[in-house]
Amino acid sequence: MTRALRTQALPLLVLAALAAAPFVGFGDGFALTLLARGMILGMAAIGLALLVGGAGLASLGHAATVGIGAYAVAWLDLAGIDGAGIVVPVAIGAAALFAGVTGAVSLRTSGVHFIMITLAFGQMAFFTASSLSFLGGDDGYTLYGRTTVFGAGLLQNRLAFHFVCLGLLALVWLICSMVLDSRFGRVLQAARDNPLRVRALGFSPYPYRLIACTLAGGIGGLAGVLLANATEFVSPATLAWTRSGELLFMVILGGASRLYGGLLGALAFVLLEEWLSGLLTYWRLLFGPLLILAVLFLRGGLAGLGRRDG
Amino acid sequence: MTSTLLLVQLLNGLQFGVLLFLVSAGLTLVFGVMDFINLAHGVQYMLGAYLAASLGTVFGSFWIGLALALPLSLAIGLALEWLVFRHLYDRDHLSQVLATFGVILTLDEATRAIWGSAPLNVPQPAGLSGGIMLTPALGYPAWRLAIIGAGLVVAPLLWWLVERTRAGMLVRAGSTHRAIVSALGVDIGRLFTLVFAIGAMLAGFAGALAGPVYAVAPGMGDTVLILAFVVIVIGGVGSIRGAVIASLLVGLVDTLGRALLPDLLRLVLAPAAARQTGAALASMLVYVAMAAFLCLRPAGLFPVRRA
Amino acid sequence: MADPLLSLKGVSKRFGGLTVTDTLSLDLCQGEIHALIGPNGAGKTTLINLISGTLSPDEGRVLFAGTDVTRWSLQRRARAGLARSFQITSVLERFTARDNVALAAQARAGSSFRFVRPVAREAALNRAAEAELAAVGLGSRAGTQAASLSHGEKRQLELAMVLATAPRLLVLDEPLAGAGPEETARLVGLLRTLRGRFGILLVEHDMDAVFALADRISVLVNGRLVVTGDAATVRAHPEVRSAYLGDDALA
Repeated sequence: MTRALRTQALPLLVLAALAAAPFVGFGDGFALTLLARGMILGMAAIGLALLVGGAGLASLGHAATVGIGAYAVAWLDLAGIDGAGIVVPVAIGAAALFAGVTGAVSLRTSGVHFIMITLAFGQMAFFTASSLSFLGGDDGYTLYGRTTVFGAGLLQNRLAFHFVCLGLLALVWLICSMVLDSRFGRVLQAARDNPLRVRALGFSPYPYRLIACTLAGGIGGLAGVLLANATEFVSPATLAWTRSGELLFMVILGGASRLYGGLLGALAFVLLEEWLSGLLTYWRLLFGPLLILAVLFLRGGLAGLGRRDG
Repeated sequence: MTSTLLLVQLLNGLQFGVLLFLVSAGLTLVFGVMDFINLAHGVQYMLGAYLAASLGTVFGSFWIGLALALPLSLAIGLALEWLVFRHLYDRDHLSQVLATFGVILTLDEATRAIWGSAPLNVPQPAGLSGGIMLTPALGYPAWRLAIIGAGLVVAPLLWWLVERTRAGMLVRAGSTHRAIVSALGVDIGRLFTLVFAIGAMLAGFAGALAGPVYAVAPGMGDTVLILAFVVIVIGGVGSIRGAVIASLLVGLVDTLGRALLPDLLRLVLAPAAARQTGAALASMLVYVAMAAFLCLRPAGLFPVRRA
Repeated sequence: MADPLLSLKGVSKRFGGLTVTDTLSLDLCQGEIHALIGPNGAGKTTLINLISGTLSPDEGRVLFAGTDVTRWSLQRRARAGLARSFQITSVLERFTARDNVALAAQARAGSSFRFVRPVAREAALNRAAEAELAAVGLGSRAGTQAASLSHGEKRQLELAMVLATAPRLLVLDEPLAGAGPEETARLVGLLRTLRGRFGILLVEHDMDAVFALADRISVLVNGRLVVTGDAATVRAHPEVRSAYLGDDALA
C-alpha cells in the first residue's frame, strides 16, 4: 500500500494542484481556460500513453479521435441535441468505433508501418471533416451553446467546467491504470516487450491490442467533447496530423513509461506554449528546438526525472 | 471540349506527379538506405520555393533565383544533417518522427518570421511565361511543361546514379551490409551525408519549380511531405523506380479526383457542397490507397530486395 | 509403442531453392525424452519452428495427440499444450521472475480479458508461479526483475514459464546453451525430474547431457533423419560417425 502511494504520489500531487488552482490565484478566466486546455489534452494524452507506453503502439493519428468527439458535439448541436446523456455516449462511441475499425486494419502492420498507416487514417478523418459542408467545411462550426447536463447549463460556469474536466481526467487516469494493472494489461504489456514469447504461451496479441486501441479512441472522443465545449467551436484543424504529432510529443515529453506522463507532458506543453508565446511573437522558433532537445536528451521524459531506476 | 479539359487535367496531374517524385526521391533513399524517417523533408521543399522566389526578386530573374536556390538547399540539408539528424540514426522511429517534427515547427515558424504569413506570388519565369498551343484549340502553360521535362531528365539520371554507379552501389550495399562496406574502407557516414544532401537539394529544386505554379506559403511542405510518404509506401521504400511510378499515380489520382469528383457529385449535391466534398474525397483517395498498400502489400509495388 | 504424442508425417520446408527439412517423419511418445541432434545447419531450429507453429510446412502433416495441427498458429498450438523454449532465451526482461511465470500460468487459468481486478494480487496465479520457480530452483529470485538475472537463471526462468502453461509436450531448443558447468548440472537434474511427466523434444549440443537424458535420439543431417534409436544405436551408426561426429569431432 505504501509502495502504491509512493509510485502514484506525483500524479496525485498534480491532480491536487489542479483542484486547488482556482482558489490560489488561478481562478480568472484566462488561467481557467489554459488549465482546461491542459487537462483536456492531458486526458487524450493519457489514452495515447496507454497505447504508446502500455501496448507499444505509436499512433500518429490520435487527434482524429479527439476531432471525431468534437464533431459529434457539433453535429448533434446542429440537430438541436445538447444533452450530455446523448452527446457524451455518441461522441465516445463514434471515436471508439473509428479507432476500433482503423485499428483492426492498422494492427496488421507493425513498427514504422503502424505509424504511417495511422497517419493515413488520421488524414482520411481530416479530409472527411473538411468535406462536411453543413458543418462549415474547412471553416469549422460555431456551437449554439455548451452541452447541458440534465437540462442545466452546468458547463457554462467556468469553475464548474474546471471541475468537470478534472473529475473526468482523474476518472480516465484511474480507468487506464486499472486496465494496465489487470490480467488484460499484463498480457498487453508482455506483448509489447516480446510478442513471440507471448504467442508461445498461447496468447494472441491482436485482440488485446485492438481493445487498447478502441479504449484509447473512446478516451480521445471524451476529450473531444470537452474540447468542443471549451472553445465552443469545432474545425478540421482539430484533426490535423500536426495535432497528432503534438499529442505524441506530450506522451514522450512526459514519459511514456508512466500513464500520467501524458498528463505531465500535456500540462508542460500548454504552459510552455503560453509562456513562450508571451515572450516572442514567433514563439515556435524557441519551442521547436526545445522539442528537438527534449527528444535528444530527455530520454525517460519528465516522469523519469530524478528517478534512478529509469 | 471535355476531352481537351481531360487532357489539361492529365498534364496537370503529370506535372504534380513530377514534383512529388522530386520530393519523394530523397525521402525514399534516406528512409530506405539509412532507415531514417525524416518528416522535415517537406521543409526543404518549402525553403527551396522561398529561396528561389525571393532571390529571383532580388536579382530580377527567376533563373538566377533557381540557380542559387539549389546550392543553398544543399547547404541547409547538410546543416540540418549535422545539427540534428545524425544524432537520430541510432534512435527508434518514434524519436526520429518527433525530433524531425520539431524541425518542421521551427523552420515553418522561421519562414513566417522572415517572409510573413501571406503567400508569395511568383511570376512565371522569363522565356517560359506564356502558353504553348498543344492543339489549335488548346493552350497549356509552358512552365508546367518545363516541370514535366525536368522530371523526364532527373528520374533516369537518378536511377542511373543509384543503380549503375559505384557510389550508388555503395549506398545500396551500405544500407544492408553497413559493417562490411565500412570494413572495405568506405566512410559510411560521409556516404549517407551525401545521400542526404542530394535528397535535400532535389526537394529544394521541386519547391523552386513549384513556386510559379502554386502559392508559396509557410507550411506548404507539410502537405507535400505526407503525399511523399504515400508515394514511398506505394512505390516501395528505397526504390527509385517505385517512386517514379507511384508519384505519377498519386499526382494523377489527386489531380483528376479534384477535377472530376466535384462534377460527379454535382449530380447529387448543391454546387458549393459538391466542390468542397469532392475535393475532400479526392484527397482521401490517395490515403485509402496508402492504407490498402500498407495492409495488403507492405513492401510496395517495387520492393527493394534485402540480403 | 502407444499412440505417439507428436507425429510428423513427411514434413518438408523449403526457403527459396534450399530444402531445409526434407520429407521428415518422426514420432515422439508420451513421457519420453527424445533428443534431436545434428551438426550446425542441419535444420534443427527450422524443425522446432515447424513443430511449434512458428513456421508452417510446405508439405506433410504435423499431428499432436492425434489431432492434425499443421495449419494451427503458434498460439493455438500453445493453448493445446505444446510449449516451447527458445534457443536465444526469451523472457520478459522488464517483468519480475514471478510476473513472468504468473503470465504463463494466466494463460491456463481462465480468461485474460479481465480488466478490473489487479492481477498482481491474484493469489492463485502468484502461488502457481512461485511453485514453478521453486521447482526450477529460482524460488529465492521471485521478486527480481528478469533483466537482472544471470544467463543460466534466465534459462531456468524460461523453463518455469514453459512448465506453468501446464503443457503436454515440451519442445526445448538448446536449453543448456551458454550455461556454466554448475548451471548445466542443475538444469540436467531438473530435466531428469521431468521425465515421464511430459513428452520432451530436446535439441541440444551438449552430448554428455543428451546421452545422459535421452530415451531415444534422432540424428538430423541436411534436413533428413539419418537414424533414430537409443544411445548405443546412435553412437554405433556409421553415417552418424562420418556426418556428425566427423563434422564436430569434439562433441
